[in-house]
Amino acid sequence: MTTATADWREQIFDTLKAHDIRQVYYVPDAGHATLIEACQNANSMRAIVLTTEEEAMAGTLGAWLGGEKSVTLMQSSGVGNCINMLGLAKTLRYPMLMLITMRGDFGEMNPWQNSMGQATPKVLEATGCIVFSVERPEDVQPTVNAAANMAFEGNQAVAVLLRQKLIGAKSFGKKMR
Amino acid sequence: MTATLHRRAVVKALMKDPTDDLLVIAGLGQCTWDITEAGDRPQNLPLWGGMGGAVMIGLGLALAQPQKRVLVITGDGDMLMGLGSLATVAAQRPVNLAVVVLDNEKFGETGNQATHTAPVSAGPSERGAGTDLTAVAHGCGIADSATVTQDSEIAALARDARTKAGPIFRNVKVMIETLPNTVMPPKDGAYLKDRFRQAVLGAA
Repeated sequence: MTTATADWREQIFDTLKAHDIRQVYYVPDAGHATLIEACQNANSMRAIVLTTEEEAMAGTLGAWLGGEKSVTLMQSSGVGNCINMLGLAKTLRYPMLMLITMRGDFGEMNPWQNSMGQATPKVLEATGCIVFSVERPEDVQPTVNAAANMAFEGNQAVAVLLRQKLIGAKSFGKKMR
Repeated sequence: MTATLHRRAVVKALMKDPTDDLLVIAGLGQCTWDITEAGDRPQNLPLWGGMGGAVMIGLGLALAQPQKRVLVITGDGDMLMGLGSLATVAAQRPVNLAVVVLDNEKFGETGNQATHTAPVSAGPSERGAGTDLTAVAHGCGIADSATVTQDSEIAALARDARTKAGPIFRNVKVMIETLPNTVMPPKDGAYLKDRFRQAVLGAA
């Protein structure tokens, strides 16, 4: 159930449930922590922890071969681990829905995140993904819903980037100026 | 110890008289030719790419189709690229998944360079790390992991791969062979995916 007052994280969970997502592949990110926990506790979903993000593209293919829908939750740095496997969606034409929390984006305090963060949308587009970007809480649910529709109705890789303007930059204990 | 098992004979035994509920994923390279030589069928997914992903495709499929048997047949090169997936499998404990690695200790598609499973003691261009994939799988949490080296073990290997409660992992030491590809599988990924889904799920 999605309500106007619900947190955008809860809205993502409700949207995934409404699309009958059964397998949730993830490498944790703080921005996804609430969602991961909700998926772990959902009877209709299996939360699958990965050692590296590219496992998700292969797992997603297996799930689809067996008739189940899946989603991948990861951080932008994880996209860099996936490049060869992202191409599988174009080759086999199967749905690949990815919700990506951004680092190296608006106001990042850790410079080691910046290069992959800035390359993330380009890498996704280069491998044939449709990329949506969300900066405002009210846009999260409609965008995830639209992305899921395009992925599962179109046998298409679709990524939603949850920007740092939405999730906030990690402060590392430093007072933000 | 020199391997004596022929990979094609092992795969033929693994896939003998397949029923429709046997779903087979083959890692790219020789394993894709091996399963096709044993008999191309819609319930086979012969991979032409996606190196390192065979086990994870098997996991996603096994979780989606718990009533069917999922058999991943792949090589040591593909397995080494996706070692972490063994831990991911162990965390999910799919009872219907078997992973069989045909370990010839070589990257066979690229000029037979030694992989990490080759012995430490061999010559400079043959030297590996002696990596024991069975120990890796066991260490990742797949309790039922074993190595197969003898012809007399093949019948039990095939029985376990097809019927034993999983997840099971078998590392089969096979000879280095250059084999003719008399039958090639279809190459179109979308076609392979669609025919597989139609066979498993019925008409879309």
